[in-house]
Amino acid sequence: MNKLVFGAAICFALMSCGGKAETPQSNDSGTTTNTPTRDPNEYDPKRGLGKFNDENVKVDASLNKEMATRGESSANTKCFSCHKMTDERLVGPGWKDVTTRRTAPWIMNFITNPDPMIDKDPELQAQLEICLVRMPNQNLSDDEARDIYEFMRKNDGVN
Amino acid sequence: MKTMNKLMILLAVGSLVVVSCKPKGTKQAVSGDAASQAYIAPGEYDEFYNFVSGGFSGQMSVYGLPSGRLFRVIPVFSVDPEKGWGYSEETKPMLMTSHGFVPWDDLHHVEMSQTNGEQNGKWVFGNANNTPRVARIDLKTFRTAEIIELPNSAGNHSSPFGTENTEYVVAGTRFSVPGDNQNGDVPISTYKENFKGHISFISVDQETGHMNLAFQIRTPGINFDLARCGRAKSHGWMFFSCYNTEQANTLLEVNASQKDKDFIMAVNWKKAEEYIKAGEGEKLPVKYAHNTWDEATHTGTHTIKNEVLVLDAAKLKGICYFIPCPKSPHGCDVDPTGEYIVGSGKLAALLPVFSFDKIIKAIENKEYDGDYGGIPVIKYEAALYGEVVKPGLGPLHTEFDANGFAYTSMFVSSEIVKWNVKDLKVVDRVPTYYSIGHLCVPGGNTRKPWGKYVIAYNKITKDRYLPTGPELTQSAQLFDITGEKMKLVLDYPTIGEPHYAQAAPTDLIKNNGQLKIFKIEENKHPYVTKSEAEAKVVREGNKVHVYMITIRSHLTPDNIEGIKVGDEVYFHITNLEQDWDVPHGFAIKGANTAELLIMPGETTTLKWVPDRVGIFPFYCTDFCSALHQEMQGYVRVSPAGSNVKLYYHTGETVTP
Repeated sequence: MNKLVFGAAICFALMSCGGKAETPQSNDSGTTTNTPTRDPNEYDPKRGLGKFNDENVKVDASLNKEMATRGESSANTKCFSCHKMTDERLVGPGWKDVTTRRTAPWIMNFITNPDPMIDKDPELQAQLEICLVRMPNQNLSDDEARDIYEFMRKNDGVN
Repeated sequence: MKTMNKLMILLAVGSLVVVSCKPKGTKQAVSGDAASQAYIAPGEYDEFYNFVSGGFSGQMSVYGLPSGRLFRVIPVFSVDPEKGWGYSEETKPMLMTSHGFVPWDDLHHVEMSQTNGEQNGKWVFGNANNTPRVARIDLKTFRTAEIIELPNSAGNHSSPFGTENTEYVVAGTRFSVPGDNQNGDVPISTYKENFKGHISFISVDQETGHMNLAFQIRTPGINFDLARCGRAKSHGWMFFSCYNTEQANTLLEVNASQKDKDFIMAVNWKKAEEYIKAGEGEKLPVKYAHNTWDEATHTGTHTIKNEVLVLDAAKLKGICYFIPCPKSPHGCDVDPTGEYIVGSGKLAALLPVFSFDKIIKAIENKEYDGDYGGIPVIKYEAALYGEVVKPGLGPLHTEFDANGFAYTSMFVSSEIVKWNVKDLKVVDRVPTYYSIGHLCVPGGNTRKPWGKYVIAYNKITKDRYLPTGPELTQSAQLFDITGEKMKLVLDYPTIGEPHYAQAAPTDLIKNNGQLKIFKIEENKHPYVTKSEAEAKVVREGNKVHVYMITIRSHLTPDNIEGIKVGDEVYFHITNLEQDWDVPHGFAIKGANTAELLIMPGETTTLKWVPDRVGIFPFYCTDFCSALHQEMQGYVRVSPAGSNVKLYYHTGETVTP
């Protein structure tokens, strides 16, 4: 009961001070964030935060080689300055087996919407304490994100 | 009786204040709610962007209104080591002229691009007063995109005022000089026969903004000061203020102030276009620079052009007309309807307002007072709508609101005077602190003034701010003009010396397609490095090209060996970030140049000629992440002729 009242109060506070500012879904700046506090139960650690979910991300059992090739080329420019394909950490963690540790929507949400997810995801926060660099938003398009995911699968041995 | 007494006292005090009109202190001029009017809460946006000329700083500054907060200084005509402008290999060509590299100029006036006489938020132009040039700044990037030099000119002051679809921006020479293709080795005292005025019309491509020196109009040797385009009914005309019609060449202070009246020159540029179509005008050999910035290669290109089309105003009738205007007119401003042209004779005790309809009628009826150098002089009364009597001392410039009022700056009496354009009555005056030059009403030079504020740009601030040695800041002052009385709201210091400024509503600029990053896929710089794997060092004789990348928080390669004394090393740095507001910087010890500041997706080049043997550290100069202090590297410089092999890497510790 008390919780409910408290929740309602928060709701009210959000509505009244949120005012004209829309809730930012993604934050352009890599250095500051102001995502308002939400009920932590809302965050789905399997899916992450962003536009991707099990409905709109389709993954076949076998590898789409064309996508994987495109993904490698995008990753070359936008990812490999900080990530290795092995399990060794460079600036960020190595990519080996990332597709078995994380779901496709989680990976695609994280690489397209990193700042809000870093603020939300307990595992990403733990990762930040190790890496100390917030993963930059590299302005990946939806297709680029999907291609990179396909390349990650290739890297993890999917044929 | 009591009320009567109070009234008397009020009146007495009131008139006392009015009589002792030299402002003594700040407080009397500021009303209670001024602070809240200028206050923009943290995180909130200002209502207007204000583009302010930087005067002798050579740059243009961007302020928010009403807060007076400075957002950006855009380097234009002067080098800016902070941004690498004029120091990086890519930007050096932008400051090239027919005289070679010029690192400084004096930017006096700004002009925002227009469509149908209204601001369109695409570009803002600026003039270089000393080595005559006009620059175009792209408002998607807030960067200087193009600079064109003006031949046959000296002291490009009446510039870069534009027409109402930005068909042209103009550039009238302040100093008349012998034409560039004439022999200039003449006695200065032969001014009258050898010195000529030239007015340049620079055409502007509506899509790309690309500038082209379309034609020049040659006039008798006099000084041109300011200009404004006709609008609506007077579209197709341009009006220039002229002084020194005495044609003095020394002690102008006295010798150019002899005549009762100088001129406003009305130019029918559509007529000039007709003559050009008919094949009139001479193509004359000249030499001028045209520099353009390419956003795909992130590089400026400097070109020298060799010809200009000149129309002689004395020979080609119907282009130019002189209108007598009292005492060395400075501002020459056209109201939003295009009917009224206000001349501000800086030594005159009145403001003449000319009527466009009457000017046209006078031309039809040939109501002339003879000619001046072959150009008809329209009779003063035939062109005059009326005079604003005793407006104040030293009128300079006039801007307009949307309600039929004009605001004129008075330099000598340090005030803004508000008057009614129709009945020419002064309705209000307010002191400025001190010696106002230009003033700006948002949109106050267009068909659609936004009004709300008038901003004064002051030359002198003695006693207004904390003293800072012999040189004090110059300032702007913001006045609310929504009521009958102008109300002082805010004082704020400005960079350089502010001359003219313009302001536009926030949304017009903010929503014009602002660029946040340069897309790395679209980077066509010849020395781009699109991935860490492509980073490399290439030797070509004594030139060494370093293809380096930056990303939070490292530079690759960060260990370079095999550089020798006498080498010319070019660091071509590509910022691989694709996130807004994440530039990286680059500097190396001992480089005789400025830092680079590289925007996301951009490639920029620093040239370094090592002068001694040793280890030279380099680092990122723009705090970018928690590991910014780790973002560094080393270059080993060996003696000339050494056989240390070229070697570079990042990450593993290897002994070559």
